[in-house]
Amino acid sequence: MRYAMVIDTLKCVGCSDCVVACQTENNVPHGYCRDWVTEAVSGSYPNLELELRSERCNHCANPPCVRCCPTGASHVIEGGIVLVTADQCIGCGACIESCPYDARYQHPDGYVDKCTFCHHRLEKGQLPACVSVCPTKCMYFGDLDDPNSEISQLLKNRKYKTLSPEAGTDPHVFYLI
Amino acid sequence: MQEELFTSGRNIPNIDPSLQIWHWPISLYLFLGGLAAGILFFAALFYLMGKEKQYPALKKAAVIPPIALSVGLLALVYDLTHPLFTWQLYTTFRIESPMSWGAWVLLITTPLSFLWLFSFYRSTFPKWESKLKLFKKFKFLEKFEKFLITNRTYMAYALIPLSIILGVYTGILLSAFNARPLWNNAILGPLFLTSGLSTGAAAIILLSRNREERHLFSKIDLGLIIVEIALIIHMIMGYYAGSQVQLEAMDLLVGGEFTLMFFGFVILLGLLVPAILEVIELLGFKVPVAVPAALVIIGGLLFRFIMVEAGQLTRYLY
Ligand code: SF4
Ligand code: SF4
Repeated sequence: MRYAMVIDTLKCVGCSDCVVACQTENNVPHGYCRDWVTEAVSGSYPNLELELRSERCNHCANPPCVRCCPTGASHVIEGGIVLVTADQCIGCGACIESCPYDARYQHPDGYVDKCTFCHHRLEKGQLPACVSVCPTKCMYFGDLDDPNSEISQLLKNRKYKTLSPEAGTDPHVFYLI
Repeated sequence: MQEELFTSGRNIPNIDPSLQIWHWPISLYLFLGGLAAGILFFAALFYLMGKEKQYPALKKAAVIPPIALSVGLLALVYDLTHPLFTWQLYTTFRIESPMSWGAWVLLITTPLSFLWLFSFYRSTFPKWESKLKLFKKFKFLEKFEKFLITNRTYMAYALIPLSIILGVYTGILLSAFNARPLWNNAILGPLFLTSGLSTGAAAIILLSRNREERHLFSKIDLGLIIVEIALIIHMIMGYYAGSQVQLEAMDLLVGGEFTLMFFGFVILLGLLVPAILEVIELLGFKVPVAVPAALVIIGGLLFRFIMVEAGQLTRYLY
């Protein structure tokens, strides 16, 4: 079992519904976010290209945030999901500094928080909140170890990339391009 | 050429969190840790060489590490957002987390630095004792002191590796974060160790009343400054040879926001000027050695501040 997310950048319209859904679902305090939408314009004039990406914790297979955590609050669970146990977190910030994707934030209650792939929803057999609300259905979620899953098929048949692979974190959010 | 012209992250108003989560207490803590490491290293080394009588300032300087480490520890805890949970640091030992082994080294070194100071307390600070009269008030101290004095050699043997680990750790704490391109270079450990030893030597110079002793530590300090400059050059060359993110990170120090602070205060006033003054002193001219020593200490402090601040501005994405 290896959970992963596949996001089709060609379908994303940048509406930020995923962001709002996450904030509502996970009670994210005002002024913070667990996911966000990046607009990247690249190329040189006049051949410009706009890419919209919904970004979040990549639930890296080689997560520096877990390695750096001095208390074990940051840990990996079944399915490769990276979680933070609030009660064990002392708020030292080591994990925030170590994440190349700046995916973590300091919760006003003193612990560090981030995307959980909506672990609590997965347990009930539901999809992550962001995936389930996306109006263009550009997000897919599933088991990477299962060759027949929707995401495995997409990754087999489409071109994709991950963010900052040079950071060596082996991210598990994939972007179809 | 394909180039990313414009990237905006978190394109939602009111949402971008501040990633600058380490503030001045961390810089102060790194500085004090290095300073304490430097003093403890020299104190233990000279003791083992049987030279503690010749260099009395080393024993006086033993006052600094316990204070520096305690204040540093307080600063560290103060910067945690969950300070009441600090004990969680000591329910596990995580070998891969520099934060974790730093916490453990500190847990061992701090009390040891107190014991080391206490073993010299009566002989080095007779005036304090006549005022405090500790030994009259607490009878068991006599026995305890005797025990410590007979075991000083063991303490010194323990302090040498501990102080080196502590000194290196102040740098490794930062360099372990490969997500911050400015920090992510292997030189930071040895560089911070050298800088810590150098500030330690400078503190000893400031406390010394003995010409020969000041001379020796000026020489040591000069040597360390030269090594430090070499390491800084190495560090900058490393950024030059690095990837785009590292080049951008280096721009903060060379030709960016922190250039004046870095070249003006750290390199010029904190390293080159003291080195020149120390050379002039060694050549036999009269220079008050307190001046280069003080500059080294201030330079060391600023260096930590710059590295902690600037490092947090550097990142991989946008
Ligand atoms: S994206 Fe960041 S927070 Fe998430 S697992 Fe990777 S390093 Fe950790
Ligand atoms: S802030 Fe919390 S989760 Fe992050 S490294 Fe420190 S203790 Fe671990």
